Amino acid sequence: MTQLEMAQPEMTQPDRAQEPVLTVRNLSLDFHLRTHILHAVREVSFDLYPGKTLCLVGESGSGKSVTARALLRLIDAQAKVSGGEITLHGPKGPLHLHALASNSREIRAVRGGRIGLIFQEPMSSLSPVRTIGTQIVEALLLHRKMTKAEAKAETVNLLRQVEIAQPEHMADRYTFEFSGGMRQRAMIAMALACDPDILIADEPTTALDVTTQAEIMDLIARLQAERGMAMLMITHDLGLVAEVADHVAVMRWGKIVEQGPVDDIFHSAQHPYTKALLAATVRLDTAVKRIAPNRAGQPLLQARGLTKGFGATNWRGKKTYEIKAVDDVSLDLWPGENLGIVGESGSGKTTLGRMLLRIVEPSEGSILWHGDEGAEEVTQMQRPDLARYRSAVRLVFQDPFASLNPRMTVKQVIADPLVVAGGMSDAALDTRVAELLELVGLEQSAMERYPHAFSGGQRQRISIARALALNPRVIIADEATSALDVSIRAQVLDLLLDLQKRLDLSFIFIAHDISVVRYFCDRVAVMHQGRIVETGPAEQVCTAPAEPYTQSLISAVPNPDPRDRRMLHRTRFNA
Amino acid sequence: MWGYFLKRILLMVPTMFGISVISFFIIQLPPGDYLTSLLASMADSGQTVDPAELARMRATYGLDDPMALQYFKWISGIVLRGDFGYSFEWGRPVSELIWDRMGATLSVSMAALVFVWAVSLPIGIYSAVRRHSIGDHVATFFGFLGLAIPNFILALTLMYISYKYFGQSVGGLFSPEYVGADWSWGRVWDLMKHLWIPVIVIGTSGTAALIRILRANLTDELSKPYVVTARAKGLSEYKVIMRYPVRIALNPFVSAIGWVLPQLISGVTITAIVLNLPTAGPLLLRALVSQDMYLAGSFILLMGVLTLIGMLVSDLLLALLDPRIRFT
Repeated sequence: MTQLEMAQPEMTQPDRAQEPVLTVRNLSLDFHLRTHILHAVREVSFDLYPGKTLCLVGESGSGKSVTARALLRLIDAQAKVSGGEITLHGPKGPLHLHALASNSREIRAVRGGRIGLIFQEPMSSLSPVRTIGTQIVEALLLHRKMTKAEAKAETVNLLRQVEIAQPEHMADRYTFEFSGGMRQRAMIAMALACDPDILIADEPTTALDVTTQAEIMDLIARLQAERGMAMLMITHDLGLVAEVADHVAVMRWGKIVEQGPVDDIFHSAQHPYTKALLAATVRLDTAVKRIAPNRAGQPLLQARGLTKGFGATNWRGKKTYEIKAVDDVSLDLWPGENLGIVGESGSGKTTLGRMLLRIVEPSEGSILWHGDEGAEEVTQMQRPDLARYRSAVRLVFQDPFASLNPRMTVKQVIADPLVVAGGMSDAALDTRVAELLELVGLEQSAMERYPHAFSGGQRQRISIARALALNPRVIIADEATSALDVSIRAQVLDLLLDLQKRLDLSFIFIAHDISVVRYFCDRVAVMHQGRIVETGPAEQVCTAPAEPYTQSLISAVPNPDPRDRRMLHRTRFNA
Repeated sequence: MWGYFLKRILLMVPTMFGISVISFFIIQLPPGDYLTSLLASMADSGQTVDPAELARMRATYGLDDPMALQYFKWISGIVLRGDFGYSFEWGRPVSELIWDRMGATLSVSMAALVFVWAVSLPIGIYSAVRRHSIGDHVATFFGFLGLAIPNFILALTLMYISYKYFGQSVGGLFSPEYVGADWSWGRVWDLMKHLWIPVIVIGTSGTAALIRILRANLTDELSKPYVVTARAKGLSEYKVIMRYPVRIALNPFVSAIGWVLPQLISGVTITAIVLNLPTAGPLLLRALVSQDMYLAGSFILLMGVLTLIGMLVSDLLLALLDPRIRFT
């Protein structure tokens, strides 16, 4: 049966499909840095076929982005192509891109004309001072013989193809009037304006929500099928790879360690690194579930009817408008429990987390804290009590690069809460910091170094050590693992679970990544437009959600198994 | 856009009121008034004044009225009749003295601004795009030289050069034969021959500053993703740079309109004195020294108004240039 399926396309495909449209042979790239030469890419070879998708997978720093940009000769001045061949095949014979000067007329005809590029930052990849329309018209005028009026009409047509509503109006809008997903659509329209043979998509959906990601991938897949384009997609998300790839190349340290058809890579990987990468991804889905703690007793933290409205008032103090970022949210957290809060960006989950700590003052509602001194109302707390509450409930942030002061040593960073609390001698501080570092699995020698000396995962460990300094009962982790690579992500999650056992912690885990939540949490609350739409045991919410919104959210999550593609057959939610 | 424009105009009214109050009280701040300083200088030269005459002058000029009344008389004269008061020192109405000077000030400012733009835009772009190249280092060197040399020394040097090598009459804006003459092509040419020295002297430090600002801004913009997008479209490098990052890095250029004027008046008074320019700065200084309060007050007020207008123009241009400002 499988063989029959495999054989079928070969018979029906025209000959063209057998010929690669782009071949890369032994490509090497060097970065000439001030002190040394960095071999960013070494001896990379791959082919792109019409209508097929090749996914380049790897962790940050593996050289995948620079490889893709080298195809367009769009690399920084300090990077040099030190060897290898890039050949673009077409009706007019092969074109050797590696031999062209990086600003020659020939390569400029290829850019946008035969190879389109879209990339990660939908917020900043279009100029904010020119309308979307003019930026697309520009691309059309460059490569297609058109008058301005024709180009304008074609732009509207393209915007319609990428499913932007009211394209006539939207063409005259600026990027900051577009949402992230819409910008990425506009970007796709621009990249495809001149009907290129190849589309390079460099992490096209990383900055987007799962549902938006699914829509964008739908769109790309449809356009690719219509036009028979080859696609080179770069991503670190193996789930997404399984959903869209035909072929996969795994990169590490500038080399392709393994490549092959997607099914081979996922089901019979040869290289240990590929296996490790897959294990880190798949493990979160299939791991043994935690045993939920007993919820019979008194909850540790009870929130009732929490609401936060942002808005403006006119000069008489009357409200002109109000947006409810969080709307009537109630939740309970029991001792030793991990509560996950999931939702799209803008659903109010971060605001909720900050309100629980009263960093953001709630507009309405109550927060009841059952600490060592009995039940206390957090919203009524004054200074000394509030400080005590905040030492028991700590926050860990998303971005380990921005949340540590670069001018403080690790010791100063971790000891900071202790210094603020006061009453410890220098020697005692030293011992405590050493203890905390050991707790999060870092060497004591880290104490005197500065945060820039550490990798993302290590920095997140430092953040965790800082949160643990005052022996908290609850840690609110706001997207604490989102900025980390898959393999590091799993390590940090395990560290948190281990700490929970040893220190009797409870977590409120705010995330948009469903697989992480499923692995880590006992219960999950799903937020949508400021409200909690569903709460339940993690396993149930993630596998058999009851509410339509949750169903659409869960079905949009890429499944890291190419034999069970579910993202493109997802449930849609319209509200 | 129109709403934005109207809002800015309306906001200018209270600001102008504030400026007028402040300028009036500033000139009232030094102890005594014009008559006491007149008395002092007459006593120095051994003359005496009849106390009755003094009292009569005080009454005419209303120097004994309460401050608020004096302010009211002054400002209502300006607003209702265009009457800026009477200069004690020159014995002429202020309005006769002031417009010539303001005209000269404005033309020197504009010329300096155009010079600053014309020089710093290409150099700034070159410096940013070819960062750390020899050309960039040379531009940086001269930029810092321009920032570091005091304006009056540059003025003296240029005057010396133009006198010694070009045989030109130096100082002022016109040669003696054209001062007070009617406008003719000869007079315009004469103005051009004189204008270059103050324009270079006044413009140099501004040029250096703008080059640095443009270089820093453009360097930030050059590494933004939208520049890669523009390149990936297949635009030529020149068009990529001019249409995308430069367009955004231009904002400080437009803002320069707002600050060039006040800087010219307060910052380059010494230069104006050295070069004997008929601009507002030297006259304002003399008026302040001799407590010629209506003249000084009118100058300060007009400078304030011109600065406000400069700011308004630069804000409106910025809004035209950058839609993000227009929409927020």
